Amino acid sequence: MSVAPSDVNFSDEQMLGFYRDMLRIRRIEERIGDDAKAGNIPGAVHLYIGQEAVGVGFCSQLTDDDWIASTHRGHGHYLAKGGDSKLLMAEIYGRETGMCKGHGGSMHVADFSKGIIGANGIVGAGISIITGAAWAAQMDGKGAVGIAFFGDGAANQGVLCEALNVAVLWKLPVIFVCENNGFSEFSPSSTVTAGNIVDRAKPYGAAHETVDGNDLIAVHQCAARAIKQARAGNGPSLIEARTYRQRGHVEAEASFLGSKYRSDEEVAEWIARDPIPAFAKRVMDAGQASQADLDRIEAEIAAEVTEAVQFAEGSPYPDPAMQGTNYMFA
Amino acid sequence: MAKKRMIQAINEALDGEMAKDPKVVVFGEDVEISLFGDTRGLKDKHGAHRVRNMPISETVMSGMAVGAAAAGYKVVCHMMFGNFMYTGFDSIANQASKLRYMTAGQIALPIVYMGVFGGGRSAAAQHSDAMHPMIMNLGGIKVALPATPADAMGLLRSAIHDPNPVMFLQAAGRGGEQGEVPEGDHVIELGKASTVQEGDDVTVVAIGAMVRPAMRAAQELAKSGVGVELIDPRTVVPLDSAMILESVRKTGRLVVVDEARDMCSAASHIAAICADQCFDALKAPIRRVTVPDVALPYSPPLEKALLPNVASISEAVRRLLGIAAAEGV
Ligand SMILES: Cc1ncc(C[n+]2csc(CCOP(=O)(O)OP(=O)(O)O)c2C)c(N)n1
Ligand SMILES: [Mg+2]
Repeated sequence: MSVAPSDVNFSDEQMLGFYRDMLRIRRIEERIGDDAKAGNIPGAVHLYIGQEAVGVGFCSQLTDDDWIASTHRGHGHYLAKGGDSKLLMAEIYGRETGMCKGHGGSMHVADFSKGIIGANGIVGAGISIITGAAWAAQMDGKGAVGIAFFGDGAANQGVLCEALNVAVLWKLPVIFVCENNGFSEFSPSSTVTAGNIVDRAKPYGAAHETVDGNDLIAVHQCAARAIKQARAGNGPSLIEARTYRQRGHVEAEASFLGSKYRSDEEVAEWIARDPIPAFAKRVMDAGQASQADLDRIEAEIAAEVTEAVQFAEGSPYPDPAMQGTNYMFA
Repeated sequence: MAKKRMIQAINEALDGEMAKDPKVVVFGEDVEISLFGDTRGLKDKHGAHRVRNMPISETVMSGMAVGAAAAGYKVVCHMMFGNFMYTGFDSIANQASKLRYMTAGQIALPIVYMGVFGGGRSAAAQHSDAMHPMIMNLGGIKVALPATPADAMGLLRSAIHDPNPVMFLQAAGRGGEQGEVPEGDHVIELGKASTVQEGDDVTVVAIGAMVRPAMRAAQELAKSGVGVELIDPRTVVPLDSAMILESVRKTGRLVVVDEARDMCSAASHIAAICADQCFDALKAPIRRVTVPDVALPYSPPLEKALLPNVASISEAVRRLLGIAAAEGV
């Protein structure tokens, strides 16, 4: 599943770009997590920490004309597809300057102008929406694709079967990316999911692949195959990216869960397989970057995080007096 | 003007809009051959990529409508029987109705969800719901309920032009009824009620398929010298409450006829608005003629006994006015 160094031929710049994209998500989300725990964020936040290689592996190959649909754990996809961190932070803080002017919050970050259909509070909802966007892309005939990111828990929604069926029949340019992070909320996958999720593509005759979701290069190559196939009009794929959610299902969980649902050892094992340090080592070992390069990126991202938080904190809350049905209808 | 059946009017509206705008697409189960006839012939005229049969997969279908609309198409999603929208309800209730609001207006979702609704044809409980009140309560979705072929054509054209999701509910079994339809691009603005007939004694607001029995009741009541002002809201979201209120201020009496179950029906909503906003004008309590809070049965006499009809509408008006049934009626 992992890729030999000899098979990798990305430029130094591309490799650093992947590193930057993953680290950017990580650092922004760490800050969101801290702020959530400090009580600075009004609603629930679900962090993507540990899964960054999946979002970046796919989204780094997309343009604004391609569509992605995401989940309640959606900051990473939003950022990977080019979403703005200031608008993200302001939205999560519930401010007027958020990209949804405080109407959506963490679970609904979206930017349609960048093809980001957005996070979704309904588990599995993005699967059908992206199938429709992919149908639109097919009718447009310009080679755009749609990608739905969803969890292993969402794979148990019947809509996945419906979508695979119609996507294969219509040869839609769509990729269903299941990020199997081991848990559906607090239920370990083994207790709620039968068989291998990727095998659910087989009866429909959809292309399918399992990939190490903590290996950016492996994800990138797998994504490249699926995207190429979709752009060429050769139909959908189901990808199962095996990964792990390092943080809680929701940041506040320690405050309300009465017992543990996973062992510290298991978490530690997966932290040892963290996609970002592994990638940093790979880039350095290959002589494609120096520690100084990585430090520079770290500093740039730290500045971006600070700026985003300052922007959010300095922004006003939306004015309830202005509230009405103004966004209900166009 | 030419006489047309409602199904024909709907078919012509779809055909006309597809011809004008290549972004209009139609999909749903059996839309190619068309169970009701409303989408018949569209595939041959406008191409297989714009008129697509769907598998029996309402969950993905209603969501595909959202995705395709977000990506720039004007989507007509045919749900066949309105009751089938329940199996695809997430994308209607959680997505189509809310995505624009949740993203502070980032997108418009020009979707028409269409389906046949209501009882009267022994279709039994799972094919006979009048679900417009539930959709009204979602917010974010307009609801059109045409009573005549002309209105069906005009409202459907507007629904397709509208940048918002619209539920276009065609009354079951009314497809065959004929009515005059204006020539050309006949359009009716969503949110504009129609005064079917003017009168001074009582306002009757009838929704969708209830307009016809209400009209007959009005004709019959006229024989007893009762002047009914009959209003067809045509859309319940937006609701032309101004026209209803104006009429009730004139007549001082209101009967609302709705084939939804009584609890939280469109009738109860309209009654509430009038109680709230023109209480001072009312000379009598507001009456609702609706379906009792039971499922619709199969057997014709059972079903008939539950649905509003000419007699129950007339009776409601007479009781309001304190007059006995006319002799021989
Ligand atoms: C339709 C629906 N059912 C249940 C929930 C509550 N819920 C939120 S996240 C979640 C678990 C989702 O698991 P998975 O799809 O694996 O995503 P992950 O959280 O692991 O990223 C559940 C059950 C929901 N939001 N929507
Ligand atoms: Mg999961």
